[in-house]
Amino acid sequence: MFELTVFDAALRMATPLIFAALGGMFSERSGVVNIALEGILLTGAFASILVTYQTGDPWLGAFAGLLAGVLVSAIHAVVSITFKANQIVSGVAINLLAMGATQFLTWIIWGSSANSPPVEGMSYWALPESWGAVARAVNVVIGHYPPLVYIAFASVVIAHVTLWRTAFGLRLRAVGEHPEAADTLGINVHRLRYAGVLLSGALAGLGGAFLALNTHQFVKNMSAGRGFIALAAMIFGKWNPVGALFACLLFGYAEAVQMGLQGRGIPSQFVQMIPYVLTMVALVGVIGRARPPAASGKPY
Amino acid sequence: MKSKDGRGACLMSERVAIEMREVTKRYPRVLANDRVDLSVREGEIHAIVGENGAGKSTLMKVLYGLVSPDSGSMLVGGEPFSPAGPRDAIRAGIGMVHQHFMLVDTLSIAENVVLGDEPRARGVFVDSRAASERVERLSREYGFELDPREKVEGLSVGLEQRVEIVKVLYRGASILILDEPTGVLTPNEVRELFSILRSLRESGRTIVFITHKLDEVLELADRITVMRDGRVTGVVEAGLTTREELAHMMVGREVLLRVSKSPGAPGETILSVRGLAVEGRKGTEAVRNVDLDVRSGEILGIAGVQGNGQTELIEAITGLRTAGAGSVALRGVDLTGRSPRNVRDSGVAHIPEDRQERGLVLSFTVAENLVFGRHHRAPYSGRGLLDLGAIGERAERLIDENDLRPRDPGSLAGSLSGGNQQKLIVARELDGRPVLVVACQPTRGVDVGAIEFVHRSLLDLRDEGAAVLLVSAELSEIMALSDTIAVMYRGEMVASFGAGEVTEDELGLLMTGGGDAREGRARDHAGGAGTKEPGADRRGGAA
Repeated sequence: MFELTVFDAALRMATPLIFAALGGMFSERSGVVNIALEGILLTGAFASILVTYQTGDPWLGAFAGLLAGVLVSAIHAVVSITFKANQIVSGVAINLLAMGATQFLTWIIWGSSANSPPVEGMSYWALPESWGAVARAVNVVIGHYPPLVYIAFASVVIAHVTLWRTAFGLRLRAVGEHPEAADTLGINVHRLRYAGVLLSGALAGLGGAFLALNTHQFVKNMSAGRGFIALAAMIFGKWNPVGALFACLLFGYAEAVQMGLQGRGIPSQFVQMIPYVLTMVALVGVIGRARPPAASGKPY
Repeated sequence: MKSKDGRGACLMSERVAIEMREVTKRYPRVLANDRVDLSVREGEIHAIVGENGAGKSTLMKVLYGLVSPDSGSMLVGGEPFSPAGPRDAIRAGIGMVHQHFMLVDTLSIAENVVLGDEPRARGVFVDSRAASERVERLSREYGFELDPREKVEGLSVGLEQRVEIVKVLYRGASILILDEPTGVLTPNEVRELFSILRSLRESGRTIVFITHKLDEVLELADRITVMRDGRVTGVVEAGLTTREELAHMMVGREVLLRVSKSPGAPGETILSVRGLAVEGRKGTEAVRNVDLDVRSGEILGIAGVQGNGQTELIEAITGLRTAGAGSVALRGVDLTGRSPRNVRDSGVAHIPEDRQERGLVLSFTVAENLVFGRHHRAPYSGRGLLDLGAIGERAERLIDENDLRPRDPGSLAGSLSGGNQQKLIVARELDGRPVLVVACQPTRGVDVGAIEFVHRSLLDLRDEGAAVLLVSAELSEIMALSDTIAVMYRGEMVASFGAGEVTEDELGLLMTGGGDAREGRARDHAGGAGTKEPGADRRGGAA
């Protein structure tokens, strides 16, 4: 359970969760519940494979995933901010739409009901071997991950600074807590909420891109509930980037252990339950003390 | 050229700070402002008075850019002014302290103040040190004693209001609008607020002050504009008018400002509370070891600043909340732990604190709201079905008896004015001869006419022999109605008096924990009504 391979798998499992959890956090901090994360992950995954397949460039693919995330979240933003519709209903609708649309397009484009053909993933970032033993040692430990893993960690730092140190972050938090107060101070509540939701789409879309590029193909419904686990991680992390990071690492680790335990005589259904059971245990343990942004889920 | 009564006329110029002409705003159901003219001179304290729903707040929202008028024009400082939003109003030097404070609980005082206009470092970052320094400076200048780094969450209402005022001053406002600023304050806090407002006037600022409390208007304002039903019904100098004249302009008829009351004739004990302890929302002990007795024909008034356990006490008595310890008995029958329906059926009426939250279902009709609490019993229901005929008849009768407007049982409760919503609840609760009436803030936010009605109803019921437990943050209400007055502070009954044994000032002091000087006179009520807690927190209070 503590081998390097498990650690390796845990990081890869945690990466899409980190992107999606940060996204969910920006959205909820602005006052919009975004359970469309699941659908955004899936759409991002699909778009990244489609563009990588067409161009052969996984970086372009990742960018396409980000863009697709922004577009899908824009639907959520228009419906729930401009038209003040119920945010949960909008999110559920988007999730269903994303599931159907990606499967349909997979069939249209690749003629398969299940998955796309394999594509090239991102090449790893590693220190040049010529830098000597230290570089080699570094590479052994952290040198064999796709770049998006590092970008996910960097995003946590950037998100933390943005949320807690910038004027944008202060206003975003104010809008999510007490939109009327922000409005009376001349802050454009709708614009900030759009920013929060679109940002969440960009991040979750990137998370979806990693998910697919790491597998080197698109598989139908490959998000498999990760959007919801990311939401759980966000709550577990008390709507803080750093807290969400640790929650994602925990859930990623649970998933990695689950994969490691498969085929060892334990009924697979039990093993597959581990991440979800862990999620519930974690939430029960923390939810009493966690306080969501006060205006989260309330249209303004 | 100081005026005779010493008001700040010396600084009041003839220059006009705000000029509103023929401002009209129509909402789907009401004409909120009907060709309203308002003229406020530079450097004066100008009060706008009127009943709830008279259009005062709408008018101010128009001025602040939160509501755009259908027609009319405005001048601010002589310049044409048509704000597209609060940002324009702020730029024109107008600041507003809203009735419901616009503060973000989770942010610090400094963050709340600078929000939307933050001092920046390197373009995008908030310079939090500069923010704190500027807030500290403003706070010191006006003697506000605010710690910029403290979170707003734990502040008293009085301090929150100061944060709101600092917010406005931070933006360099020369015109301050205060919407019902005294509604939630203790008498001491009101006094402090008034001295702050006077010193702001001395510094040349113009103050517009919205209220429906006539005493405050006469004490503070230089000039007064009176509104009724969306129209201006008078503009008067504060020194040249009386409460009666103002009330007449507000309501359009003669009003009894203070209902006449005969001495009570208390009989047998109806409600008996012993050793009651109740847990509050946050798991704290909100009510501690409270003993209470209310007798038939007696109004027991509980004075106290909101949030000192009154809500929890009431909810425990009416069965809405489970008591941690102690007992509640009605005419000797134990009610502890009974369901709210059970408590109700045994003759307890409850006028809840928050009429929209607990008193009414706003999206239901007047008739439906009037039958709640009895809907499960004959004649309103039988064989599992509601008897709509009986429900309708009851509604017609109660509407007639209580003069509810509009006189339509089918209109939605949410479409009624605040005063009529409250009258609806009072009508429902007091119908059918309750043994005990638990009335919590029964006149909060309702107009003078409705206050008169509610007070009269409670007194009539008392005279018929009911016991009344009255909880109010409004001291004048407690003084006017109660036969016995108890003071609640931090979950305990700290003192109790007979009517006429105590002044408003003394009560105000006790309510904020400053009761030491009075201990000699604080009489024990009903066998040990709590003890005084040492080390009372005086922040924002009398000290």
